[in-house]
Order: sequence, then structure tokens, then C-alpha cells
Amino acid sequence: MHEMSLCEGVMQVLKDQAHEQGYSRVEAVWLEIGELANVEIESMRFCFDVVTQGTLAEQAKLEIIEVPGQAWCMQCGKTVALKQRFDACPECSSYQLQVTGGEQMMIKELEVN
Amino acid sequence: MCTVCGCSEGETRIDEQEHTHGHHHDHVHPHDHAHTHDQLHDYGQGPAHAHAPGMSQSRMVQIEQDILSKNNGYAASNRHWFAEHGILALNLVSSPGSGKTTLLGRTIDDLKAEMRLSVIEGDQQTAHDAERIRATGVSALQINTGKGCHLDAHMIGHALDSLQPEQNSVLFIENVGNLVCPAAFDLGEAHKVAILSVTEGEDKPLKYPDMFHAADLMLLNKIDLLPHLQFDVDQCIDYARRVNPRIKVLQVSATSGEGMTNWYQWLKTTQQLLLIGD
Repeated sequence: MHEMSLCEGVMQVLKDQAHEQGYSRVEAVWLEIGELANVEIESMRFCFDVVTQGTLAEQAKLEIIEVPGQAWCMQCGKTVALKQRFDACPECSSYQLQVTGGEQMMIKELEVN
Repeated sequence: MCTVCGCSEGETRIDEQEHTHGHHHDHVHPHDHAHTHDQLHDYGQGPAHAHAPGMSQSRMVQIEQDILSKNNGYAASNRHWFAEHGILALNLVSSPGSGKTTLLGRTIDDLKAEMRLSVIEGDQQTAHDAERIRATGVSALQINTGKGCHLDAHMIGHALDSLQPEQNSVLFIENVGNLVCPAAFDLGEAHKVAILSVTEGEDKPLKYPDMFHAADLMLLNKIDLLPHLQFDVDQCIDYARRVNPRIKVLQVSATSGEGMTNWYQWLKTTQQLLLIGD
């Protein structure tokens, strides 16, 4: 949706952490992106390359760990897989679903030197 | 700068209400580009002093940080400020043309005698909306996001410094007309209120599920036009509940006034719950 803003957010964390963790180069970044986070992975890759140009993360490898969407169904009481927010429970077709996973946008770890 | 949706911090303008001569105060948020490009990649000077040129001494760093942590940090401080001052902040989100500003104008006219109100207006350009709100007699401040597609918590923090909403008041933040990006950017508000008009499609909650998922209340606006349209109200509410089983829905018309008392009741009740420390 706004992958450029998100990548700027990632870049901000990389810069802040450089002082704290004492590194001057970022070689690789692992992001955890939930299926329901509304993030276009391909667009994220494109934007990441753009925002890292001329920074300590230039040419850094972007690894994306995709996390499947998950919800708890209030009707049948089961934890089910959810591809999209408007999907029904695959078990009982109810829409009374509480999203329990797959919404995150996290920076997991970095390879630095 | 965003080449995809145009998000840009550098073009944000906050119109300060005391500047009646129409001067725009430029809030250029400096991006720190002081990157030092140390061309000397000497792999032999690391902590281990292993003199093995060309061998990488890279290490792994666990971060576990939310990508939106910077915005969320500003949002948390806004939320703290609202709590300290007993202010109910509402983030009004919708597509362009849903009637947000008209709804807000009517709400202010009807409630300004009994409640303390103020408004932050977010638009890409122009101060038209803030001027419309000021005409009702309450204080309003315009944020122009420039190329940006949403308000963020940092802009709201600056706006609060200028606007200085009163103790125990209600602050309406009218977000940029956009059903996509504002869903992800917490401003520190108590609730997101989504406004959908019946002149739009009833399947908007399915087309833009993240926004309706993030909202606590949906105002279905322009219901005075229903006789002239083929809009299935029940279907629309059903779609909204599919993406958000907890969403409350109120049917209103800011023009005819129909249903507006329910919305006012919701505002008063929500404010009271906040003041008793819910």
C-alpha cells in the first residue's frame, strides 16, 4: 500500500541501530511480513533498493519471511488459516473471525559488519 | 519521498491558525543524509584481529522491531498527551467525497454549545476545509501533506503544539481522503471512524478491508439519497461485519440531519467513558 514509507521506516531503524549496535554496513535484512499486513512484497523489494541507495545498507540483500494469516473462529472455536480479511471460516463458513496472526511487519534480524 | 504513492515528509505544511494572512509555515522535516562512505573495507581490523583479508566478519543482529515503530512511538506520545488532557481524539477516514467535512460542519454546529471541539484537517493541498470548519466558530488547523497520502503521528504531534486543544475536549482529525494508507498509521487516536456514503458501492468494505477492519465505527452517510439509488444497506453492513465483526454502524445524513442524534449520542457516551477512565 505504501511500501516506500515502510522502507523508509526500515531504513530509519537500520540507521538508529548502527549507533546502538556498532556497525557501519548492513549486508542483509530479514523482514517478517504477515499475509494480512497488506504489503506488496515485490513493491517492497523495489522500494528497498531505492531507499538504501547511498546509505549504509546499499546493495543489502532483502530476505522476506512470509507469515500466513491466521484467525480464531468464534462460531466453531477453531484456529483456521485466513488468506484475506473478508474470507469466511473454511470450516463453518462463518465471518465471525478474530485475526490472530499474519498482521505483522517486523524487522527480524540483520547481517552487519 | 514515495514514488509509489507519493508519501513525502518533506512537503508537509501545517497551516497555523494565528497566521491569518495566509502564510504557510514550512515544516521541512530534515532527513539526515550525513552518510559517511568509508571506502576502506579493511577486514583485518575487526575485534578478533584476524588478519585474513577478504574474509567477511559480518555478524547477525537480532532486532525484532516493528517497521512502523517510529510512527508508533509518536502515536504513543500523542495518546499519552490526549489522556493527560482528557481529550477524545477521533481519526475520521473515508474516500474523497464521502461528505466528511459536511458531516463535521453539521456536527460542530449542533454540538458546539455543549461540547468543546477542535479539528485537524488533512488534505493534500489547500486550506479550504480548515476555512470551512473555522467558519463554524471552532478552532481548526490544516495540514497539507503535499505529495503524501496519509497523516502520520509526527505531523499530528506538531499540529497539537500549534492547535493546543482544550482540556476535556473532542478533537476530530479529518484524515486525507484515502481508504488505503491511513489504515496503517496510528495517530494516537481513541477510535478510527470510517465514513462511507451510499453514493459509493456497498462493497467498499470488501474492496478496502484494512480500513474497515481498523475502524470501530462506520457512519453510513447521505442516507437521504437512498430513494434515488440502488444501494443495499443491509448488504453493505454485512460486508463491513465480514471484515470486522465488532464494527458499529450508524446510518446518518449530514444534509437532512437524519440519524445524526445517534452519532451525537455515540460521541457523548464515548467521551464520558474516556473521562471516567475506561
